[in-house]
Amino acid sequence: MFAAELLVAQNIGFAVIALAMIVGALRVVTTNNVVHAALWLVVVLSGAAAQYVLLAAEFVAITQVLVYIGAVMVLFLFGTMLTRARIGTERDLNNTYWRLGIPVAGVLFAAMAIALASSFGDEQLPKEPRVIGVQEISDQIFGPYLLPFWALSFVLLAAIIGAIVLARKD
Amino acid sequence: MLTSQFLVLGAILFCIGVYGVIARKNAVLVLMSIELILNSVNINLLAFALRNGSADGHTFALYIIAVAAAEVGVGLAMVLLIYRNRRSIGLDELSEMRG
Repeated sequence: MFAAELLVAQNIGFAVIALAMIVGALRVVTTNNVVHAALWLVVVLSGAAAQYVLLAAEFVAITQVLVYIGAVMVLFLFGTMLTRARIGTERDLNNTYWRLGIPVAGVLFAAMAIALASSFGDEQLPKEPRVIGVQEISDQIFGPYLLPFWALSFVLLAAIIGAIVLARKD
Repeated sequence: MLTSQFLVLGAILFCIGVYGVIARKNAVLVLMSIELILNSVNINLLAFALRNGSADGHTFALYIIAVAAAEVGVGLAMVLLIYRNRRSIGLDELSEMRG
């Protein structure tokens, strides 16, 4: 009984968050104001963090909030402010051939929806999922995935140096 | 919860991101569309991690978040450099690489 009520609550939560995410994503790609696009992107990223909690991935959700909403959005807002004279509505944000994107996205979604429906159908996620804690994730990162972790550290170092070199005024 | 509801949500976000990459001319907006695509991939990875009871998906999702942060840093530095040299960040005006 309790499990059934929890499942209904999970599904309602999923639907509400998913709707907010889709509306936010559509506004990101259609709005005429770059700052508004950045703020709608915050809605999508927060919704993604909430979906991660629904998927029993708390650590990834917290990392998403810290890295994306905390750091990446600040970068986007700074980039917006540094690259334009005025902040506000403007035309000319879309390509002349922007309508080409609609059939491409539609065909892509149709192909993926058919593939998903034929391979997963109405398969249920496990009712009692195995809880994956931070300890297990760290065992993965510093065990079998240590080499990618080193590569990632190098990528981050190169990105920091590269960003400084690119953005520096000579 | 169905497995496919999360996968369909990821597919919708992915397609919206692809539309944004094709339709937008402003470089900052193209970078935002790429963030949408990366997030849809993360939702898929975590849905499969829950389905298979494995921690691999969590590890991959964390790596993707780190790579996305590096990508945004370098991307915005490039956008700043282009803006400083050309006073514009329209991607259709960058034609120096044309053969």
